Amino acid sequence: MLRRLSERINATDVVMFLIGGSILALVLVGSVATLTSGKYSAAQWFDLIVFGVALGGIYALIALGYTMVYGILRMINFAHSEVFMSGPFTAYFLADAWGRSGFLDENPVVCLLAIFVLAMAISLIVAVLLERIAYRPLRFAPRLVPLITAIGASFFLQYFFRGLYGPNIKPYPEIAALKPYLRFGDFRIQYVQILVIVAAALMMAGLQLIVQRTRVGKAMRAVAEDKQTAALMGIDVDSIIVLTFVIGGALAGAAGVLYALMFRQVSFIMGFIPGIKAFTAAVLGGIGNIPGAMVGGLFLGVIESLGPSLFLDGLGIPAPQQLKDAIAFTLLVLVLIFRPSGILGEKLAEKKA
Amino acid sequence: MAMLQVNDIHSYYGHIHALKGISLTVDKGEIVTLIGANGAGKTTTLKTISGTMHPRHGAITLDGEHIEGLPPHAIVMRGIGQSPEGRKIFGALTVQENLEMGAYARTDKPAIARDLDFVFTLFPRLAERKFQLGGTLSGGEQQMLAMGRALMTHPRVLMLDEPSMGLAPVLVEAIFETIQKLNQEGTTILLIEQNAAKALQVAKRGYVIETGQIVLQDTAENLRKSELVRKAYLGEM
Ligand SMILES: Nc1ncnc2c1ncn2[C@@H]1O[C@H](COP(=O)(O)OP(=O)(O)OP(=O)(O)O)[C@@H](O)[C@H]1O
Ligand SMILES: [Mg+2]
Repeated sequence: MLRRLSERINATDVVMFLIGGSILALVLVGSVATLTSGKYSAAQWFDLIVFGVALGGIYALIALGYTMVYGILRMINFAHSEVFMSGPFTAYFLADAWGRSGFLDENPVVCLLAIFVLAMAISLIVAVLLERIAYRPLRFAPRLVPLITAIGASFFLQYFFRGLYGPNIKPYPEIAALKPYLRFGDFRIQYVQILVIVAAALMMAGLQLIVQRTRVGKAMRAVAEDKQTAALMGIDVDSIIVLTFVIGGALAGAAGVLYALMFRQVSFIMGFIPGIKAFTAAVLGGIGNIPGAMVGGLFLGVIESLGPSLFLDGLGIPAPQQLKDAIAFTLLVLVLIFRPSGILGEKLAEKKA
Repeated sequence: MAMLQVNDIHSYYGHIHALKGISLTVDKGEIVTLIGANGAGKTTTLKTISGTMHPRHGAITLDGEHIEGLPPHAIVMRGIGQSPEGRKIFGALTVQENLEMGAYARTDKPAIARDLDFVFTLFPRLAERKFQLGGTLSGGEQQMLAMGRALMTHPRVLMLDEPSMGLAPVLVEAIFETIQKLNQEGTTILLIEQNAAKALQVAKRGYVIETGQIVLQDTAENLRKSELVRKAYLGEM
């Protein structure tokens, strides 16, 4: 009896569970200590949660690009972070010019729309070119080849835009209309955060509608499942793949503008950290799974925002906010240990991949 | 002139020379069957006709127009529909969505609705399970869905790759009845079967393929009598 049990449990499993268990225990102890210390007010917690949801919404929009491309091509598009950067970085010049002339504050709605449209268009074009030039010729190459190409394309795009627009971090203009706070009692939300949350929610709902209800959306799901059979149904697989990059690119461009509005700066490397975070979010949710990317993004955003204060402050760790990235990636490692398929993903082994 | 004409095609998997000069014709309104042992090249022939693979040599024409070299979706649009080997149902799509995918390249909405009704009357089982995911259907139901989905392309030539594979005898019977019924309603059919006896009952003509070559072709009646077919494919001594 005992021997059977010991045969089924191997040493790595035990070590993994011990690591996971102690991290969970730390998180619990830290949270309880923070909450009982009463150092943070309810309004402060609310601030952190709202910030986390807004950030998570941005992660989710980027993560959708990773997950949709993975779903269809079974590759990680590592250049997606540069797709995210290219749009808002280009739109910066429009925003900056309008900001200086005062046009931005006179017509914030028109200007914001124009900035979104321009950024989404540029990101979309970069994404489509990437597919056409870098990935399509490698469609039937071994899987490592497009992966390495993606990393190369990522660096190429970073330095291309560095050459084009310069190496400096550029300040996105502040839009006066987005500065005020909506207040109710002690609680408050800044308009810009409302914009980010609403815009992200609308785009995700729109995407879900397209994928579930429309003809091309169903074709995208069919192609993701089996390209050869989809083609036998009369589906032009190449055009569906292009469409996937179009949608992923446009969402990344929009996410980039939201990011620029929230953090008010752009640069040629602005995509790196959010890109990795969004990739993490996609894996958290279950790579290839669209609702998973949305859940994973929100989850990561909230944990990253709340985590340092909630988990670490109570443990007496100084300047816990600086450890937010450590928390994000610890979370990734934990998920990979305990649920490799992600929160909503099916077991990878069950997929034919 | 033959509706579908395959002329001396050679297909390769890398260095493997899988089809070594296959020629066959299918006339309008016929059921033609292609029989052969495992690995003979039956599926490869269908893949080459449907554009999933391109032949290195040879020509394929539909109503006199060359289709070899076209991408598969363009060949579907010209009127060749296929129920592939192993059914290949979209497991994460519902029965209805699977059928809609068959009609993907079509724009004639009223005709699509008519064909959908036709498929549902042909296979009432599918109508009952419209909103069930394809992956949760039984094997027989999946086979019906695969045929229904191919019919939704509104093919002039319907290619069926082992439609009775893995089905209980009652269902095999039902599938063959459906094939005959479709044919009576005007669909031209190219049928691949392991079950040579059954195939030769419904077909008008047949081809026997061995290691990538046609070794015999005749009317179904003559093939049933031929010694080669009786020994190798009908299991008679
Ligand atoms: N993807 C592939 N790569 C390499 N060789 C292949 C591939 N598919 C088929 N072959 C080879 O090509 C030959 C013909 O295969 P094909 O699938 O056409 O046979 P089949 O007549 O359909 O057999 P079955 O009755 O078993 O389905 C076989 O020798 C097979 O091993
Ligand atoms: Mg076969």
